[in-house]
Amino acid sequence: MTSTDTTALPLLRIGALTKRFGGFTALDNVSVDIKPGERFGLIGPNGSGKTTLINCISGAFRTEPSTVVFDGEDITRLPPHVRTRRGIARSFQIPRPFRSMTVIENLMVAADFTSATHLRLTAEDHRDQAVTILQQMGLANKANARVTGLSQVELRKMELARAMATRPKLLISDEAMAGLSGSEVDEVLDLLLKLAGESITIIMIEHIMHAVMRFSERIMCLDAGKIIAIGQPSEVMANARVQEAYLGT
Amino acid sequence: MKRNAIAFWGASVLFLAAILLSAELVANEYWFFAGYVILQFIVLSVAWTILGGYAGYVNFGTSAFFGVGVYTAVFLVSAVGAPLPVQIAIAAVVGAILGFAVGLLTLRMQGIFFSIATIAITIIIETAVTNWRELGGAAGIQIQRPPVTAPFHTYVQMLVFVQAVLVVISVAIARYMQNSWIGRGLQALRDDELAAECTGVPTLRLKLIACVISGALMCAAGAPAAMYLQYADPASAFNLNYSVSVLAMALIGGTAHWIGPVIGAILLGVTQQVLTVTISSEVNVLVLGVMLVLFVVGAPEGIIGLFKRRRPEGKA
Amino acid sequence: MDLLLEAVVTGVLLGCFYAAVSIGLSVSFGLLDVPQVAHPAFLVMASYGVFFLNDTYDIDPLLSGVLITPLLFVFGLLAYRLYYETFERRGTDAAVRGIAFFFGVAFIIEVLLIMYFGVDQHSVSASYIGRSWRFGGMRIPLRLMVAFGVATGLTLLLSVYLSRTFMGRAIRAVAQDEEAVRLMGANPVHIKQWAFGIATAVLGVAGALLIIVSPVDPTLDRAYIGRTFCVVVMAGLGSMTGTLIAAIILGVAETIVLTLFGASWAPAISFALLLGVLAVRPQGLLGRR
Repeated sequence: MTSTDTTALPLLRIGALTKRFGGFTALDNVSVDIKPGERFGLIGPNGSGKTTLINCISGAFRTEPSTVVFDGEDITRLPPHVRTRRGIARSFQIPRPFRSMTVIENLMVAADFTSATHLRLTAEDHRDQAVTILQQMGLANKANARVTGLSQVELRKMELARAMATRPKLLISDEAMAGLSGSEVDEVLDLLLKLAGESITIIMIEHIMHAVMRFSERIMCLDAGKIIAIGQPSEVMANARVQEAYLGT
Repeated sequence: MKRNAIAFWGASVLFLAAILLSAELVANEYWFFAGYVILQFIVLSVAWTILGGYAGYVNFGTSAFFGVGVYTAVFLVSAVGAPLPVQIAIAAVVGAILGFAVGLLTLRMQGIFFSIATIAITIIIETAVTNWRELGGAAGIQIQRPPVTAPFHTYVQMLVFVQAVLVVISVAIARYMQNSWIGRGLQALRDDELAAECTGVPTLRLKLIACVISGALMCAAGAPAAMYLQYADPASAFNLNYSVSVLAMALIGGTAHWIGPVIGAILLGVTQQVLTVTISSEVNVLVLGVMLVLFVVGAPEGIIGLFKRRRPEGKA
Repeated sequence: MDLLLEAVVTGVLLGCFYAAVSIGLSVSFGLLDVPQVAHPAFLVMASYGVFFLNDTYDIDPLLSGVLITPLLFVFGLLAYRLYYETFERRGTDAAVRGIAFFFGVAFIIEVLLIMYFGVDQHSVSASYIGRSWRFGGMRIPLRLMVAFGVATGLTLLLSVYLSRTFMGRAIRAVAQDEEAVRLMGANPVHIKQWAFGIATAVLGVAGALLIIVSPVDPTLDRAYIGRTFCVVVMAGLGSMTGTLIAAIILGVAETIVLTLFGASWAPAISFALLLGVLAVRPQGLLGRR
């Protein structure tokens, strides 16, 4: 490919993705392109297929060839850990920390398994990187704490920090603000806004509407596995079908 | 870290020297018979911990690997008269291959399904060996010991030293794994397999590595048993008691650190030896069952867990 | 050919017997997700209870099985309570330590039986043991017919209990969605405890059948780990009709291999089937739930 305008290439292309479980269609012919550096909001009622879509992107579910194209490459055959190394990181709706480890050890796992081997980084380098990320996340003082002792908001931040420690190009935040108080929501939202930029693209799944509105450049709304609206936040919110399916409930 | 390594290797050399010296100092042959069994259980439970502890896959196939080790040695002795080091080396290779095959077949299963599958593999291999006439079948097979070489006075003394070397090797490997990226990856997948994958950990590959190394060590530990007993039969070589004893030793000692299975094997191994001699082998199995239940109920992290509570961040 | 036909007929009868000894596990492991590896040890223990009553008071083995049923029920309630308090409630590593726990329990039962009854085989006496029926060229042992009849009855009974009664439906509901049951105001732990009690109680009659079909020794449970888990996993966890079908498949497979290759391969059959099912379709051959 000799295209000069590389910015036109999507970072992530979902192409006609359909995912069935037995007779139940969780995702029905979903297609969307996500641009590099974009802040993308994904909304929809419970069971609309949001998390299924995330699982298809991160590799927990396998899909048909060329339905998930990342950075110009078909990644549908790749297991999750290879996708992570290619630059897709995620947090989980219900936090899934490594419970037997401290906060910094959680991040060290990411550094150990995703750093480029040709750089010959030592354990000390990994630790320094992890500390830097924890500082960025405001968790530096918890570095040596056991994850079992963290508060809900700290756990959410730890998951984002662990995802960041894999040095992703695409960060998927799966309801990172669920169950948090108002000020905590703002805290996490500010973090995500700070992280987003030219080198990191973020997909945010969220039920907290003002957060998605403030965060997203573009919003997509799923309902029963189908895209019912996609576009500017204000457009999507004004859409009658969105209001019926999502806000109406 | 550096000072730890020096301490570890110094202690290992001292340990082996002490075993060598005991051949000169200890006259009563019983101590070597008992010591051999305990050293063998240390190797087995350290090997078990690599997969069962670090990765959290509860393997009931210890007796399969142990028995295959025994029968690899039996086969090599009866077919080509191979010497002991060759028996052990080839048993380790066979164990690694078996570990790889077992891993490919079972490591996608979770929890109890994996455990049950490893029992199944044990019984299937045992049945195959039982039907293998050249290796004695169900009746078993006698083996002749070659003459012993200096500096040892009896063959069992030499076997004790060999098993002690295996202890050092297995502990060194377990220790290395625990402190390396492999150990961290295994710990991560033990905590949460999907989260580990999504953090870049190649879970299947790491589990296979653990299964291969664990299997190789178990088979190596089983190989000298043929010469120790001068006899092998499928029902004892593949006895489920090995699996449960080793599992109990690891869980009693604690599986988060290599020292756990060492402590557990010494504690339970010595207790079993004492009970077998003084009371009966039934009581010995009863104690095994009772201690297993007591520890999984009362001290989920084993003996090292009891200490860790007082002194956090205990790493070597 | 006649030999093979006889093998198939015997296999079906044997299979129904396997269903009876597995049906409890189908509830405790299949529906409740308890890693009950001590199930076969409980079974052998029940057989020894039947042996004791038969030997001491000359009570019919089947009646003995019924008589010890309430005891087993209480034993099951207590066992689940202990398991729940120490593992499920604490949450962490319930599966790993639960398996170790039940294995320890199985070993304790084994040894206690050895210490009390000795390592020798024991059998019971009843009028229907030792005789056989002739159908054309076939000889079917009467005790296998008795086992077949009672086992089929027991399996159907439990099946009806789970699908028709209020408590049975509650058990199935807990298995499917514990949270929903909690929201409806029922206590899922009580329901599961009750279900585990039932799963253990049916071992009374199953244990009687075990010792009617063949002599029993304390380590017989090890052979039945393979058979019972094979049946339950093949059945698709928690399916009662699946259990019956899977057990018949196992029974027929065992008798055919026995006829063609001899008894020395018999122990591996159930384990090989189990391993095959686990490797290919971990959710069971006959669908899930």
